[in-house]
Amino acid sequence: MAKTIMTVDDSASVRQMVSFTLKKEGFEVIEASDGKDALTKLKGSVDMIVTDLNMPNMDGIELIKNVRANASYKFIPIIMLTTESQASKKQEGKSAGATGWIVKPFKPEQLTAVVHKLIK
Amino acid sequence: MSIEDMNRKAFMEEAQDLLAELETGLLELEEQPDDSDCIDRVFRCMHTIKGSGAMFGFDDIAAFTHDVENVFDLVRNNAMAVSKELLDLTLSSRDHIVYLLECAKSDAPVDLERSRELTTKLKALAAGADQAEDAQPAEEESSGDYDTQAPDQDVTYRVRFKPNTEIFRYGANPAALVEELTAMGASMAFVHLEDLPGLEELDPESCHVWWDVVLTTNAGPEAIREVFMFVEDDCDLSIKVVDRGTGLDDDTSYKRIGEILLERGDLNPEDLEKVLSEQKQLGELLTDAGLVKKQAVESALAEQNAVRKIRESRSAPAVEAATSIRVAADKLDYLVDLVGELVIVQAQISQVVHEQNDPSMVLLAEELERLSDDLRDSTLGIRMLPIGTTFSKFRRLVRDLSSDLGKEIELVTRGAETELDKTVIERLGDPLVHLLRNSIDHGIETPDERTANGKKGAGEILLSAEHSGGDVLIQIRDDGKGMDPEVIRAKGVERGLISPEAELTDKEIFGLIFQPGFSTAQSVTSVSGRGVGMDVVKRSIDSLRGSVDIDSALGLGTTITVKLPLTLAIIDGLQICVENEYYVIPLSLVEECVELLAKEEEGGKEQRIINLRGEIVPYLRLREFFALDGKAPPIEQVVVVGVQGGRMGIVVDNVIGEHQTVIKSLGRVYRDVEGISGATIKGDGTMALILDVPKLLQLAAG
Repeated sequence: MAKTIMTVDDSASVRQMVSFTLKKEGFEVIEASDGKDALTKLKGSVDMIVTDLNMPNMDGIELIKNVRANASYKFIPIIMLTTESQASKKQEGKSAGATGWIVKPFKPEQLTAVVHKLIK
Repeated sequence: MSIEDMNRKAFMEEAQDLLAELETGLLELEEQPDDSDCIDRVFRCMHTIKGSGAMFGFDDIAAFTHDVENVFDLVRNNAMAVSKELLDLTLSSRDHIVYLLECAKSDAPVDLERSRELTTKLKALAAGADQAEDAQPAEEESSGDYDTQAPDQDVTYRVRFKPNTEIFRYGANPAALVEELTAMGASMAFVHLEDLPGLEELDPESCHVWWDVVLTTNAGPEAIREVFMFVEDDCDLSIKVVDRGTGLDDDTSYKRIGEILLERGDLNPEDLEKVLSEQKQLGELLTDAGLVKKQAVESALAEQNAVRKIRESRSAPAVEAATSIRVAADKLDYLVDLVGELVIVQAQISQVVHEQNDPSMVLLAEELERLSDDLRDSTLGIRMLPIGTTFSKFRRLVRDLSSDLGKEIELVTRGAETELDKTVIERLGDPLVHLLRNSIDHGIETPDERTANGKKGAGEILLSAEHSGGDVLIQIRDDGKGMDPEVIRAKGVERGLISPEAELTDKEIFGLIFQPGFSTAQSVTSVSGRGVGMDVVKRSIDSLRGSVDIDSALGLGTTITVKLPLTLAIIDGLQICVENEYYVIPLSLVEECVELLAKEEEGGKEQRIINLRGEIVPYLRLREFFALDGKAPPIEQVVVVGVQGGRMGIVVDNVIGEHQTVIKSLGRVYRDVEGISGATIKGDGTMALILDVPKLLQLAAG
């Protein structure tokens, strides 16, 4: 069965790019526009989350904490998308439970490389 | 379209939205400079533009936005206060981003001078603020006890990977990392199980295992480190070169590996076997422990699901409201066209069924009609947009214009959520801008004049939208000086628009300003008053099948009301017939239908009026108006229509009935025919013309 990846970003264009790239790799993709939206859509089988950090309603850090608090998704890989100016954010994200990160701007190939690394 | 183009297009659309939100946010910030939510929003808009811009190759936009964002980062961290100077600069930066986007869209060359100028100003502003921010700590360099360059030959490394016990909590999979590492070349992995605690102390969610991997590869130490890039901070990782592979004598180096193998050689095969089987046991242990937990987890999940469902149903509207999808406008237009065609076919079926009078078919036809009605309504509903999107544009206009003119004006908007057809909203922008400009320029006085007249210094313009039946009313109300009917009247006479003797109500006089070539401004300003405008406004609103109405009280202010239909595509109409020609009157205008006997007519033939329950209503004969041959039947029908507060009868041969009218615009040749606004296709496939009732009334009166 195809693995399911959730992409969370308030930027529709980034979401489109991530979703397009992952679908081409044969993954099922669920899109969410912010942390809150992501939590409501987080049900059933979700094998990985790719999330932005700076988002309205609920930011990425808070989302990661919430996901980790859920027994079903405690161990799934979570990738955060950061910008180079957010070194402290990256640390914050790690302590919240993020598995890895990709620094924006990134190319689709970088995304697929990281995703394949973390999803087995 | 390539994927890249698609992404770029998505970004441009998104950027438009973000820029609009940015503008709204900045203007709100001007009113409430301490609103930290608002500051966050503004910051996030810029952050997203920067981040996504860089992703899709808009490097100049990303670089420029980065500078603006930096300044706002200071604001966000309370290192700098929101000032008018900052907002002005940020607003012009926003405009510059719009310009950069335009350039990118049309591949036009970019005026870099402007970017530099704004950047310099921004940097100056940021430098003025308290520089509390420390320089970014430099990324710590990985200590290099090995060559960072990838060697040409195979090098053998010993990699010791001792993950943090908490590593699973980060979603990482150490076994997968080891697997990835061993795939890099010829390798041997040793699992260390000595840290594994006893069963009673074992926490199955922690990692107690660690690895030694001997790897021979030509990939270089950087590549090895990269495997562990995400966990490097949370584990003991050492990479040691055991054999450089540079020895002249291949045999020796071979032996050296052999020696190392020998050192633990006896243990190795066993250890490996044991480790592998132990790992299985560990896995079983996990599942065993997991099973116990599973039931608890399942029951917890059931409880969680139940509670969540209750909560969801409680908060569903708030959460669901945010979900939406983006669809290209032309796809929607196509859908509306299709629905239009469907409605026509449905009307044809209804007509055929009606003629055949087959009960089972009647039932089906009615069902089809109900469905196509619903489909029509929901399709048109999709095209509805809240008018608030244009309102925010006006905020900026009012802000800029009022400061240009040295006036203080506050724009209050109401009913921003009122929905209107997308096309109507798009075509409404310019007329509304014009009306607002007029209010700002001619309506609101300067602060001095205002205080002299006992008003508060800052003027107020209220922009509101509301539904009223099948129409939307948009009002622009200012508390300015109002219009003087005498002045307008004098001007009208001077321009030859009315005769000096004409007796006009105030409303009719105000209506004069919509006549071509009318301007009362003392001096022509850059803002308005060039004598073109109000007639153009009227014409564009007419073309939307709307109307404009003015109300004004001298010294107190002016109210302009624009009335617009909800949609332009499909309306309910009343089908009528004269001779063998069919026409449609928009049903929203029809008040009632009465009979007109030839006899009754005798008395009032000259006056052309009917007595409607004691009220006198003038009428016009469609037969004469369109110069149709033939003789009128002895009993004719009068359709009484109400437009702009007046009533009028339209005399026709027959009233056929209600008709769902899919409006088709007329070709260029017929576009200027007066009294007709469009055409539609009837149930039997023939055509009917849609009457332009307000125009008819005007023609009949003139």
